[in-house]
Amino acid sequence: MDLPFLYETFLSLVAAVPLTLQLAASAIVLGAFLALGLALCRLSGILPLDWFARTYIFVFRGTPLLVQIFLIYYGLGQFREVRQSMFWVVLRDPYWCAVIALMLNTAAYSAEIIRGGLLSVPFGQIEAARACGMSRLMTFRRITLPLAIRQALPGYSNEMISMVKATSLASIITIMEVTGVAAKIISETYRAIEVFVVAGAIYLAINFILTRLVALAEYQLSPHLRQPAALPSTPTGAAR
Amino acid sequence: MNQPTILDLIGTGPNGWGMALAAATVMTILIAVAGFAIGAVIGVFGAWAKVSGGPVTRGIAGFYTTVLRGIPDLLVIYLFYFGGSAAVTAIGRLFGAEGFIGFPGFLAGALAVGITSGAQQTEVFRGAFKAVHPGELEAATACGMSRSLRFRRILAPLTLRHAIPGMGNVWQVVLKESALVSVTGVVELLRQSQIGAGSTGLPFDFYVIAAAIYLAISTVSGGLLQLGEKRFTRGVRRG
Repeated sequence: MDLPFLYETFLSLVAAVPLTLQLAASAIVLGAFLALGLALCRLSGILPLDWFARTYIFVFRGTPLLVQIFLIYYGLGQFREVRQSMFWVVLRDPYWCAVIALMLNTAAYSAEIIRGGLLSVPFGQIEAARACGMSRLMTFRRITLPLAIRQALPGYSNEMISMVKATSLASIITIMEVTGVAAKIISETYRAIEVFVVAGAIYLAINFILTRLVALAEYQLSPHLRQPAALPSTPTGAAR
Repeated sequence: MNQPTILDLIGTGPNGWGMALAAATVMTILIAVAGFAIGAVIGVFGAWAKVSGGPVTRGIAGFYTTVLRGIPDLLVIYLFYFGGSAAVTAIGRLFGAEGFIGFPGFLAGALAVGITSGAQQTEVFRGAFKAVHPGELEAATACGMSRSLRFRRILAPLTLRHAIPGMGNVWQVVLKESALVSVTGVVELLRQSQIGAGSTGLPFDFYVIAAAIYLAISTVSGGLLQLGEKRFTRGVRRG
C-alpha cells in the first residue's frame, strides 16, 4: 500500500468534487422543471403536446447519453448559423454543453417518474380540494404537486443517483471533474487500481449522502406515516 | 465541392460510410451481448449468494452490488482498460517482453459492462427468485424431484418469467453503456461516428445517424423482449 500516493490522489480528486456536484445539481434542478413540463404535456390530453412529449422521451431514453453530449458539443458547431448566433457563447463552452445534455437527458427519465407520481394522487383528494373551492391552479400547487412529489421521490432518487454517475461522461468533453482528474492521473501513473479505489470511494460517499438526504426529505413529507409524537404525560390522578 | 447529404453518408457509394457503420453496429451489438451475458452469469451467482449464502458470501455480494451500482460505469471501464494493460505489461515483463502491451479494448469493455450490469442483474434475479411461490417448490419436492431436476424444471423457468421485464431494462442500459467502450478505441458505433465526423467535418450528421441506429436497435430488441415475455408468461391467468 502506497499511502502517500493514495493521499495525494485523494487530495487532487476531492478538489474536483465541487465541479461534479455543480454539474449534477444544475442538471437535476433544470431537468426537473423540464420534466414537470413534459409530464404535464403527457397528461394534458392535447394530442400534439402528448405526442411531442412521447417522442422526446422515446428519443432521449433510447439513445446513449454520450451520443447526446457529442451531438450538442461537436454536432451543433457544424452549422454556421449556430456559430454566428448569440447562443454560440453557451454552446462552445464544454461545461454548458454538458449541463444542457445532462438536463435534457434526465428530463426524459424524470418526466415518466413525475407522471407516475401525478397519476398516483387519489382523485378523492382533488375532489375535496375542489369542494373547498380551490381554483385549478391552487389545487395543483397545494394538493396535487406535493402529493405527487411524495409519491415520486423514491423513484426520483434513483434518477438523481444516476445523474451523479452520469456527470462522469462530461470528462470526455474535456471537463476536469472527478472522473476526468482520475483518468488523467491513471494515464500519467498507470496505477489504475489505486486511483479507481479513491475515485470510487468519493462517488460512493456522494451517493450515500444523497440517499440519506432524500430519505430525510421523504420523512419530512410523510408525517401521516409517522408515530405521533408522544404527548406530554398527564399525571393520572389529575384528570379525574 | 458539394457537401454529401445524410443519405450519401449512410450509402455505400464513394462518399458512403454504410459498410463501416454496419460493421460498427455489429460491434456495438457484440459488446452489448457479451457484456449482458457476462452480467447474467454474475447475476445468477450473485443472486444465489444473496439468497442462500452464509453471512460472508452475502456480505461480499452486498458489497459488490452496492459498490458497482454507486460508481460511474466510465470509471469501471478505465479500471479494466488501464488496469488490464498494466497487468498485461507486468506479465509480459516477467517473460522478458519489452515495453508497453495494450489490453484488448473489446475484452476490457465487455468485462467492464458485464461487471456493472452483473450488479443490476443480481438484484433482478434476486427479486425474481423471491417472487416464485414457495408452494411451487414444495409441490416439486412432493413429486419426488431431485434438487437439480427441481431447479431445471421449476425454479429456473419460473424465475426467468419474473426476471424478464427487469432483464429487459438491464439490456437497454447495457446497450447504451456500450457507447462508453468507445473511449478504449474499440471501433463500435460511436467511435466509428467520431472517425466519420472527423474526416468529413460533418459531426452533426454522423451523430444523428448513430443516435438513429441506437434507437432502432433498442426498439427492435425491446419488441423481441416483449415477445419473449409473452411466451414465458403464457401460463399466467390474467384477470
